[in-house]
Amino acid sequence: MGATGWGFKKSLWVFHLNAGACNNCDIEVLDCLTPRFDVERFGIKLVGSVKHADVLLVSGSVPRKVVPDMIETWEQAPKPCAVVALGSCGCTGGIFRDGYNFAGPVDKHIPVDAYIPGCPPRPEAIIGGIVKLIGTL
Amino acid sequence: MASTLSMILYFIIFPGLVFTAVAGLMTTWVDRKVSALVQWRVGPPWYQPFADILKLMGKEIVIPEGAKRTGFLVAPLAGLAAVALVSTMLWLASMRGTGFVGDLIGVIYLLTIPSLGMIIGASASGNPLASIGASREMKLILAYELPFVIAIFTAVTKVSPMTLKLDGILEYQAVNGVLLGNLSCIIAFVVAILCAQAKLTYPPFDIPEAETELMDGTHMEYSGPALAVVKVTQAMMLFTLPVFFITIFWGGLQLTGWGILYTIVKYVIIVTIIVLIKNTNPRVRIDQAVRFFWGPVTVLAVIGMILAVLGL
Ligand code: SF4
Repeated sequence: MGATGWGFKKSLWVFHLNAGACNNCDIEVLDCLTPRFDVERFGIKLVGSVKHADVLLVSGSVPRKVVPDMIETWEQAPKPCAVVALGSCGCTGGIFRDGYNFAGPVDKHIPVDAYIPGCPPRPEAIIGGIVKLIGTL
Repeated sequence: MASTLSMILYFIIFPGLVFTAVAGLMTTWVDRKVSALVQWRVGPPWYQPFADILKLMGKEIVIPEGAKRTGFLVAPLAGLAAVALVSTMLWLASMRGTGFVGDLIGVIYLLTIPSLGMIIGASASGNPLASIGASREMKLILAYELPFVIAIFTAVTKVSPMTLKLDGILEYQAVNGVLLGNLSCIIAFVVAILCAQAKLTYPPFDIPEAETELMDGTHMEYSGPALAVVKVTQAMMLFTLPVFFITIFWGGLQLTGWGILYTIVKYVIIVTIIVLIKNTNPRVRIDQAVRFFWGPVTVLAVIGMILAVLGL
């Protein structure tokens, strides 16, 4: 592992993509940035542009309309870039798996490195998932 | 020949590129840590900015479709070179005995290059949000440059005999006490700090980068090493501007004995003021920013100038 590998582990910039989530998972992501959890301690921060991202955090059940956009976002992210599927929806489709417009889950379209289940996952679970992700990098 | 070589060393290692980059990155850590403390968080460890830069160096550069490749990639480098040059000039003027005088006009001019570089880079990226960011950056430059120049020239007016050489200003302060002891220069200093906030595109003037509506605006399309260059340039600006203010208003950098400690204290005070303004103000709109700089700030700067001419 070279210097850039070390940097990669210590500084994960997360781009958050809402692929048809009910917005509950997204709120839990923001919880991780609050003083109580403060993931900036580990160098994790949310970025506004996918061009800056090291982690693509995808929440939601991926309806049909979102699929091309999601794939395009993944292609635009500079590699190496990890993908995390967030919430039961992102992992399996959750309660929407029988929906008429369901085209997911996330790993059907782009390669996923870590799954964080829960509806919505607690901030502790999200941080736990990210720690496991860092372990595999 | 030897002097050319030493000039190149000055530019690349100390006090130019490498030194300024390291010091600037440490300052961004101070910035992030203080911001975290203000928000009642713990904040990142001290090596965070270096980890960020190392990581960015290992990533891929994505060039957007429809971008002008050369302009897109070269523009940030021009900014980087300009800040490194300013930093070299300021330190050499303070170090004395290097036979370097340094010209104030050159410094003011070079300090604008990073913003211009960002405008060119953002316009070349072919992204609509980035070009909105570029147009806002342009308006912001037009807004703050007038009071900034007036503030700097207040210091020049105060120095007698009037001089545009950094060396001369430092010489005067060494003999007659720091310029910040005068009312006119205190006003000019306040104006300069406000303009620095806009130069660094820090809140409340982070309008070109507006994270929430423009998604980092001018930086949006940069990735990997190119983004690292942009970030390092910003960090170096955060280091260079306080050094510039110390040089012209506050007696310059003393690099011997207790002077080193005194210099660091001065530097930390200015950085803390900038970071606290950053953390306690929401973003304003671009028209409000222009009105603010052309209205109250310019009036304040002119008052400072008049007081300086009157000899206060
Ligand atoms: S996993 Fe639950 S909380 Fe998250 S998007 Fe799906 S339904 Fe909403």
